[in-house]
Amino acid sequence: MATVIHTEDLAVSFDGVTPVFEGLNLAIEKGEFVTLVGVSGAGKSTLLRVIADLIAPFRGTVRIDTPDDPLRRAIAMVFQAANLMPWRRVRENITLGLEGIDVSDELKAERVRWTLELVGLTDYADRWPYQLSGGQRQRIGIARGLAVDPDILLMDEPFGALDAITRNALQDELLHIWEETGKSILFVTHDIEEAVYLGDRVLLLGDEPAHIINEYHIGIDRAERRESEAFLHEVEKVRAGLKHAIDIASNHN
Amino acid sequence: MKPTKRYLLSAVGLAGFLLLWEAIAQSGLIEAHLLPPPSTLPATFISEVRLGIWQEMVWASLSHYTVGFLLGSLFGVTLGVSVALYPRVEASQAWLARVFRPIPPLAWIPFAIIWFGISETAAAFIISIGIFWINYFTAMTAVQAVDKDLIEVARAFGHRSMIALLRKVILPGAAPGILSGLRAGLGQGWMTVVAAELFGIPGIGQRMIEASGLLASEVVVLYMFSIALLYGVSDYIFVRIQSRLLEWQR
Repeated sequence: MATVIHTEDLAVSFDGVTPVFEGLNLAIEKGEFVTLVGVSGAGKSTLLRVIADLIAPFRGTVRIDTPDDPLRRAIAMVFQAANLMPWRRVRENITLGLEGIDVSDELKAERVRWTLELVGLTDYADRWPYQLSGGQRQRIGIARGLAVDPDILLMDEPFGALDAITRNALQDELLHIWEETGKSILFVTHDIEEAVYLGDRVLLLGDEPAHIINEYHIGIDRAERRESEAFLHEVEKVRAGLKHAIDIASNHN
Repeated sequence: MKPTKRYLLSAVGLAGFLLLWEAIAQSGLIEAHLLPPPSTLPATFISEVRLGIWQEMVWASLSHYTVGFLLGSLFGVTLGVSVALYPRVEASQAWLARVFRPIPPLAWIPFAIIWFGISETAAAFIISIGIFWINYFTAMTAVQAVDKDLIEVARAFGHRSMIALLRKVILPGAAPGILSGLRAGLGQGWMTVVAAELFGIPGIGQRMIEASGLLASEVVVLYMFSIALLYGVSDYIFVRIQSRLLEWQR
């Protein structure tokens, strides 16, 4: 399998002195669903932003290895609070990433149709964001990411602010979309069950300065994940790992 | 309160005020030239229109006002936005703004006359000053208040140049604030238009000072109401445009 995201000895620092994380080596394979959990302040969201080239690395490199295609973007990001532009209708929010790349109006319309269908909001193209519920907004946030047909989807706690029922529904929708589109996904969450439920692999970010201190391969078939014995066992393993990391962090302070 | 009841009460309030005024003026307690009864206004209006004075003065004031409004708004919004975007621009003008801001528009009248003479340009200049400051501050605040997360979203989706960010996020995000500044300027402009013309620049203000010299107080009142009408109409049109532009807000 081909590696699509590759970071080597990556460090980020906000003040140019103390690194948030350091020596971070990460390789994500094409089509892989990787979830990232960790001590708060370890720089989970920051890592996504360095990969998306929104923040410059302090040290080290990020390599994105995806085929060049003028009609697509290599990376798209889904944010914690959907962050739709309130002055754009749903349709124009979805096409945000298509403005500035050489996409015809027909293809734009086709992408809007396709992504709205994927997130199950076919009739919502002409709504304003204020007319949507929290869950619907986040679905449009996902549609906006998918509309550029990215190879890589970076997701920053996208379901963190939603109620449990909506969250579960969106997790299953996301898995469905992932299976259908074969995107590579790096998904940050603070919810361990969510990380184990969604990921092929769960990465644990911890220590000071942070780096990846552990990684868990989730070998359970996705259909049997929710509430199965093996699933709960994996969740316990990750939870113990995170607790250990938090204990180390509090001993530091 | 129901809207119909609201309208009714507002109308009753205005009618009551006019009736009271008419009654006091008619009672002879106050001389007519000190307080002309409102019933004289229609006849005064017709006579001013027949003489062509009303149209001429309104047109003259409207043109000073329009030029002053456009100039003041353009410069105010542009500078306010730049100051909010570029710390260097902000720093270089910070003390200048502190020095010039407290100077009221009317304090510029002497210089307006020295520089431009008793001219249309002088009136437009004075009007533009007050409008400039209002727009400068509201545009600056509005741009500073634009959601940083939305700027990040735009960057994440490939809009990275300042021009692209302005078009996709900053200006639409600041639009509610900028529009409310423009609206405030619309009112401020009418306040200074009259004062700017009191010094002999042709327009409503000049006609008012002329009429007061002749003790034709009903003419003064007529033009006072004309200003109220002009402001009311321009504000109404502006609000219609504003609510069209801000349809996305609720």
